[in-house]
Amino acid sequence: MATTEETQAIMESLPPAMLEKATAAADWVIILPVAIALVCGALLLMLRNSRGTQAVFAALSVIAILVCEVDLFIRVLETGPQAMTMGNWLPPFGISFTVDMIGVLFAIGASFVTLVVIIYFQAEIVAREVRNGFYSLIMLLLAGVTGAFMTGDLFNLYVWFEVMLIASFGLLIIGGRKMQLDAAIKYGFLNFLATTFFLIGLGYLYGMLGTLNMADISLTAPNAPVGPITAVAALFLLAFGMKAAAFPVNAWLPASYHTPDPAISALFGGLLTKVGAYALLRTLLLLLPGSREVLDPVITGIAVFTLILAPLGALAQTNLRRAVGFLVIGGIGAVFAGLAVPSLRGVAGGTFYAFHSMLTMTALYLVAGLVERMTQATDTRFMGGVYQFNSPVSIMFILLVFAAAGLPPFLGFWPKLLIVEAGLGMQDWLIVSAVLINSLLTSIAGTRLWAHIFWRSGREGDEAEVFNDRLRPLTVIENRASLTAAVSLVAVIMVLGLWPNLIFESVRIAASDLLQPERYVSATGLEVTP
Amino acid sequence: MIEFALSALIGLFFAVSIYLILSKAIIRMLLGITILGNGVNLLIFTLGRITREVPPIVPDGLLQPATTTANPLPQALILTAIVIGFALFTFLLVLGYRAYQELDADNTDNMRLAEPENAPRPPLSY
Repeated sequence: MATTEETQAIMESLPPAMLEKATAAADWVIILPVAIALVCGALLLMLRNSRGTQAVFAALSVIAILVCEVDLFIRVLETGPQAMTMGNWLPPFGISFTVDMIGVLFAIGASFVTLVVIIYFQAEIVAREVRNGFYSLIMLLLAGVTGAFMTGDLFNLYVWFEVMLIASFGLLIIGGRKMQLDAAIKYGFLNFLATTFFLIGLGYLYGMLGTLNMADISLTAPNAPVGPITAVAALFLLAFGMKAAAFPVNAWLPASYHTPDPAISALFGGLLTKVGAYALLRTLLLLLPGSREVLDPVITGIAVFTLILAPLGALAQTNLRRAVGFLVIGGIGAVFAGLAVPSLRGVAGGTFYAFHSMLTMTALYLVAGLVERMTQATDTRFMGGVYQFNSPVSIMFILLVFAAAGLPPFLGFWPKLLIVEAGLGMQDWLIVSAVLINSLLTSIAGTRLWAHIFWRSGREGDEAEVFNDRLRPLTVIENRASLTAAVSLVAVIMVLGLWPNLIFESVRIAASDLLQPERYVSATGLEVTP
Repeated sequence: MIEFALSALIGLFFAVSIYLILSKAIIRMLLGITILGNGVNLLIFTLGRITREVPPIVPDGLLQPATTTANPLPQALILTAIVIGFALFTFLLVLGYRAYQELDADNTDNMRLAEPENAPRPPLSY
């Protein structure tokens, strides 16, 4: 039996292991977005037989999640990163949820996009799909995505990746067309493989550092040997690059995103690849910045190839939604470009671009869905004459093309400006020229799609004066739900493009917290040691 | 010394799984994915350091365990990974079977519905 003095001595020699204070009631908002999404996903399964209730319930819960995230956003803006550690055991023992600016910004984007897609989907509803749990799967997807953005633990990130993956499997094959089965096999295998690579990297990192908490890793990683830790970073680069559909491992995206309903394509285009981009920014900048420097040539190469080849892919496609899929990949190239020039501006640019891409790519898929419904075709060769038929849709499409290409004063211009400025500052001419060429090629690809679908009066091969007679006007419900949803999303993109100050400020904070993790680390309760 | 044996085994698992995943038959790819998952689980187990079977419990009256204890965390990680991997494997298995029924193909070369083999040429106008 130890005496009281000995006990005292041992107690003082050990580092603190537990937070003494209970979590303040207001801090529970950190976990609420994920909790609401998971609980609602389960409740919606019970409501699966009542169609009207489900939609309202799902929309209301996404709004509740959005309110929590806006509250978190304001708190992060005012006081810096917020953290909540489960069971109050200090890292590395407890699992932390750590919300910093990049996480909460992306989470807001994700839930806003989900809300828009739920409204848009009202016109697409097929009774069978709703009974098969469409809304549950959407809420689970949102839970996975939000959890990935907000968690402060690397293994927890892996779990959220898998939650997201299984929900996206379900959404991809809802409807059960043969084409969807084909797509789901390719999507499923490659994404499962990517998360397995992530798990391998995770295992090695744990073996070397003995911790999985992100804040703790950012403190201990600099002391680890450079070679092995770079191998881990390379595994993360491969795994998240695959998730984000960066150049050499992008084949699954154009093979699968065009097969489900347009609303689901839109959700995937907005959410899934961005989680990969987020995880890359998080691991390579916050956790393993030393290894990022070693891998810099690889990242630059990926960025350049993705930026240039993706819009060329879009040029070569005749299927509308496959072409949009290639534009999604081009956006990932811009995020990689931000990662290749890791000054404050460059990282802020990459973050901004991912946020912009979340909104813009969803909107492009939504508009593409409207076009497909009017023309009753998926192939641009059989489209035409839509400008005369429905000019609001054509105006939205061209605005989104400009936003995606990054022409001023649209939303995509500002992140590209930041990246180019960062590239000029670091004399990285390769990145600068690749970003500019990407803008040019994207505007060529996008405007050519616009010319084929909207400007040309008839189908491919028809005489110039022959009008496309297969066009079908939008029904009342399509106008009320789908068109309204798409218009409001485009309006938000336009407003943010004209007044980008709030986002500039947020991504500046996000980038500085990624590059200097002191605030992130101290939020979890760990001591920052120099 | 057991670490060397386990490392060799993990290497073997990885080699076998990569060979199987490179195959064109869905069912072989599935087997490859499963073996890869098991290899990764073994990897995490080995990286958590292998120690004598001393349960990580602090004896009565002490503040620290008296000797080196076994690391309980890798088991928690592996258990999670097993559950997730099993769920995804089951899904992919059913998916593969449905694809075999609907598309009449176990060979990925014949699965070209989403990306048609003789795709139309890029649009030539404009």
